[in-house]
Amino acid sequence: MSTPQELAHSQPPLLYPPYKSTIPRAPAEPMIQVPRSFADLAAPLFGHLPIGGTDNDLTRQHPGEPLGERIVVAGRIADEDGRAVPDTLVELWQCNAAGRYFHARDDHPAPLDPNFGGAGRTLTDANGIYRFVTIKPGAYPWRNHHNAWRPAHIHFSLFGTSFQSRLVTQMYFPNDPLFPYDPILQSVPDEAARQRLVSQFDLALTEPEWALGYRFDIVLRGRHSTPFEGRV
Amino acid sequence: MTRDAGRPVATPSQTVGPFFHFGLTANAALGTLAKDGVRGERIGLRIRVLDRDGPVPDAMVEIYHADAEGQYGQAHFDGFGRLPTDGDGTCVFETIRPGAVSTRADGAQAPHVNVCLFARGLLRHVYTRIYFSGDAALDEDPLIALVPPARRSTLLASQPSGEPAVWEFTIRLQGEGETVFFAL
Ligand SMILES: [Fe+3]
Repeated sequence: MSTPQELAHSQPPLLYPPYKSTIPRAPAEPMIQVPRSFADLAAPLFGHLPIGGTDNDLTRQHPGEPLGERIVVAGRIADEDGRAVPDTLVELWQCNAAGRYFHARDDHPAPLDPNFGGAGRTLTDANGIYRFVTIKPGAYPWRNHHNAWRPAHIHFSLFGTSFQSRLVTQMYFPNDPLFPYDPILQSVPDEAARQRLVSQFDLALTEPEWALGYRFDIVLRGRHSTPFEGRV
Repeated sequence: MTRDAGRPVATPSQTVGPFFHFGLTANAALGTLAKDGVRGERIGLRIRVLDRDGPVPDAMVEIYHADAEGQYGQAHFDGFGRLPTDGDGTCVFETIRPGAVSTRADGAQAPHVNVCLFARGLLRHVYTRIYFSGDAALDEDPLIALVPPARRSTLLASQPSGEPAVWEFTIRLQGEGETVFFAL
């Protein structure tokens, strides 16, 4: 279990001025701590969506093959005691290889790929393992500051077993030169914690003549987790 | 900051960003919790999200609540919903009015809806609760009791006149009347 200090260092604050959108949106008042005894907060969160046959393979959701570098992204979901989290919903979404999202509001002048939607979902197996096949996403500009570019990333959403374990995060790729300039990644105070958002190239996941493999393990807070102090 | 070798520390949260729609909220059915066969009083729950400057058109709202008997995770009612806000910062769930929730440790909790709010600009999601104004059980609710009295009204949904089956709740992320958020 993380100590309160570890939690404070490993999670981003709500107000991080270099990420400009936090300025009007970060709550300023102190948060009210929920006592641990509130039973419904420990109830499983239902995130059940029907999982289809190609939901975990983003390269096979359209008539043709998407453009870009095919990759395998896989890892293990565990709690803070190291226990696997089985049968939990993992959702991801991302832009295409050119850095463009399949989204009406994305006006980045890079091409859309008719064969790439960019959304996937799967359940972890009995050992907490998930696996996706997708395309390596591109970097994209985002106007937060002059010459602002997001490092290539894949968005992840996880439920786990309690309200405390709900997590939305982003996975990055090793050695991206944009890391020092990205306020979203840099909002995480602790360098070691930031490193845990960076996937690792994994030859064991790499498939010959097919796809490079990246491993991204995720640790969820548990129902007996250290309370997150109401720090903003 | 170091940690003991091998001891897991929770993965950091990162913002949902503005482009989650096709990935997380493409399934419009997640706005309808009151499916056929669900028992209870049908309500529309209209949630509006505001930041310091006005409506938040790119938030994602998740709700989770008990059934009409105050039970979670029942076969007839999974109690989970997820919607994006529109240009006016609003989304509407079709659901049922939840019952009071009994817990051994804290006594009955007044009927409420759990809310996780995600948005561009929120590096972590925030958690709050919607209670129903006028409910006699509010005075006994153990979580409301922890909130400074002057801020309690920010947790109450109300009924707009002329729309008897609708409850309205405003989430103010920052500024005058900031909603109470809870740390878990
Ligand atoms: Fe993104």
